[in-house]
Amino acid sequence: MEKEHFNYDNIIVKKFLHATLIWGIVGMTIGLFLAFLFLYPDLNFGISWLSFGRLRPLHTNAVIFAFVGNALFAGVYYSLQRLLKARLYSNFLSNFNFWGWQLIIVAAAITLPLGITTSKEYAELEWPIDIAIALVWVAFGINMIGTIVKRRQRHLYVAIWFYLATFVTVAVLHIFNSFEYPVNLLKSYSVYAGVQDALVQWWYGHNAVAFFLTTPFLGLMYYFIPKASDRPIYSYRLSIVHFWSLIFIYIWAGPHHLLYSALPDWAQNLGVAFSVMLIAPSWGGMINGLLTLRGVWDKVRNEPILKFMVVAITGYGMATLEGPLLSLKNINAIAHFSDWVIAHVHVGALAWNGFLTFGMIYWLVPKLWKTKLHSVSLANTHFWLGTLGIVLYTIPMYISGVTQAFMWKQFNPDGSLVYGNFLETVAQIIPMYWMRAIGGSLYLIGAFVMLYNIYKTMSQGATVTDEEASAAPLLRLKKGRFAGEKYHSWLERKPVQFILITTVVILIGGAVQIIPTLLVKSNVPTISSVKPYTPLELEGRDLYIREGCVSCHSQMIRPFRSEVARYGTFSKGGEYVYDHPFLWGSKRTGPDLLRVGKKYLDSWHFNHFHDPQAISPGSIMPRYPWLIQNELDTSETVAKMRAMVAIGVPYTDEEIDNANHDLLKQSLQIEQNLFEDQQIEAVFKNTQGPPLHKREVIAMIAYLQRLGTDISQTQLETINNSK
Amino acid sequence: MSVIYLLLSLSLIVALVFLILFLVAVRNGQYEDLDAPPVRILFPSAKTKETQSEK
Repeated sequence: MEKEHFNYDNIIVKKFLHATLIWGIVGMTIGLFLAFLFLYPDLNFGISWLSFGRLRPLHTNAVIFAFVGNALFAGVYYSLQRLLKARLYSNFLSNFNFWGWQLIIVAAAITLPLGITTSKEYAELEWPIDIAIALVWVAFGINMIGTIVKRRQRHLYVAIWFYLATFVTVAVLHIFNSFEYPVNLLKSYSVYAGVQDALVQWWYGHNAVAFFLTTPFLGLMYYFIPKASDRPIYSYRLSIVHFWSLIFIYIWAGPHHLLYSALPDWAQNLGVAFSVMLIAPSWGGMINGLLTLRGVWDKVRNEPILKFMVVAITGYGMATLEGPLLSLKNINAIAHFSDWVIAHVHVGALAWNGFLTFGMIYWLVPKLWKTKLHSVSLANTHFWLGTLGIVLYTIPMYISGVTQAFMWKQFNPDGSLVYGNFLETVAQIIPMYWMRAIGGSLYLIGAFVMLYNIYKTMSQGATVTDEEASAAPLLRLKKGRFAGEKYHSWLERKPVQFILITTVVILIGGAVQIIPTLLVKSNVPTISSVKPYTPLELEGRDLYIREGCVSCHSQMIRPFRSEVARYGTFSKGGEYVYDHPFLWGSKRTGPDLLRVGKKYLDSWHFNHFHDPQAISPGSIMPRYPWLIQNELDTSETVAKMRAMVAIGVPYTDEEIDNANHDLLKQSLQIEQNLFEDQQIEAVFKNTQGPPLHKREVIAMIAYLQRLGTDISQTQLETINNSK
Repeated sequence: MSVIYLLLSLSLIVALVFLILFLVAVRNGQYEDLDAPPVRILFPSAKTKETQSEK
């Protein structure tokens, strides 16, 4: 058959590679800055948009979606064309994918530091950006499936299956976790509340790790490791088996993020069972990757690319052994909320995603720029700096996590907590935070070494051009239906069309049936004394979200003696029914705040926001001068309440009509309480700018003082007895 | 906990989509040959003459 001539699109790969390098450096630099904020809490110099709570989501988003995201597009677009012997389906879609994605990243880099956030982890971006993500992601999917449709290689190599699973699952996850009710262009509330929201979020959060950080990279591993080592994968059969089992098992494991929470036990146990099963397909992939290098370990010694890849796969193996272990309830009881989890995710991010990306870059750039790597020894330097960085980052975090978790649980013989003051457990691990910052610095220096090396390689190389190739076209079985063939039989021969149609049909059907019932049912309070937030508290809660307090403070007391003794009675699902979104948190850099309400005076909170170290010497919480200075924006309070009504919070019309009046009344009361502190009165009684009761800190105090107070002790006993 | 029905059905749908995909792949003979595919990707591409045009 006549061969067809065509071009592989290298330009788009080049663009994504540039973006990977730039955003990688940006994301890691922000991460390092955050590491230093643990050591010097006031390193943000009182600037709101440099504070930990606001930059933490920027770090995670930049690393996951900007660095890893661009790397996966670069790798997928490069390998897909060659595996299918076809140019990408559409130049327009490729470029739409590229520029759209960069625009989303820029939007994230602007909105997150400004405190425009939904606070749901790895899904912090507000609703207009969520829509943009969905559009760009679908463009990527169409571009990929279009390329598959017009392929010249009938067999779909295993990597492509991983890419397909990535596309399908991330689309579903992203859309369903992003159901938000907009208040205005930059503010929305999750339509789910409390326990429901937590469950959807971690179903998303867990699968984002699975299908954004894992499956596409396994696909890249199956392409780039054989290419870089010039060896076929160890077992193609194993790759197929572990692919299908991995994607079938992964989607059920999400509840392991919510062990001992207010989630029903059966759901928790389902998550645990599937998490444990995950070890088999995960290690299948790891073993397959490593054994591909059998017989060529001498190449690994000389070739930095393979070194990066070996450490990447090893990191994958470690993280996926640790994942199932962390899902066991007894281990989770210790590790959850501690630095152990920070260590765990950084083994995944720094080793698996980071090193595989670096290896891919070192392999791709000389190919595309038609030259040799500028310096192999610099690449080796990068490798050792990076590896040492990973070790120095993760080991101290494991130690820190275990140390702190055990200190939290330590009891005196008389039954009191040994470290009743949370701060003691923080002071203990400061040296570990230092080592983490050093490890992170090494890793980042390594990345800069790569940047220089790659820059030199690019400048000595030729201009990147599209690559000519030729291949015979696929013999078409027959376009359209055979004579007499039923529509369905035709469809069965068309996997792509078939899948698309079924997905759409099922998703629409499911969504239409389930979501309305869900929203109505979810907000029926099971504890009668739990009431919606007052207007001022609602505004305060939005400030809590804006400042990213949830990054360091949980609102979820697990049913352990150590937690009940420290924080108060354990959380009940019914307490969260008006929490759009939920704010359980996943990390306790500071103490849990669920029952902080009425624990301290209003003035204590005020002084604590002004200068945490003055109240709690050694605290690593930053100061919040802007909360004390800024005037609270109450122009949208009514709109916010109406939005809440729309998603099921039972505010009455009267409450909404009186919102501004009630808000003012509560503010004045808090101001009056604050003026009982003579120092505050002296400074703020006749202050310049807005009067004290109009400032943001008042709303924040109102919210904090409300937390966990809806359930009185007597009611709790009734609830417990009636169980 | 009603949201769990949404998540369960979504997860089942995703799993079902994968199952269909798997069955279709098997029926189309994607996995009949497990020896050639891993080696095929290592072959140099048919012809690669670099284009001079900068696109």
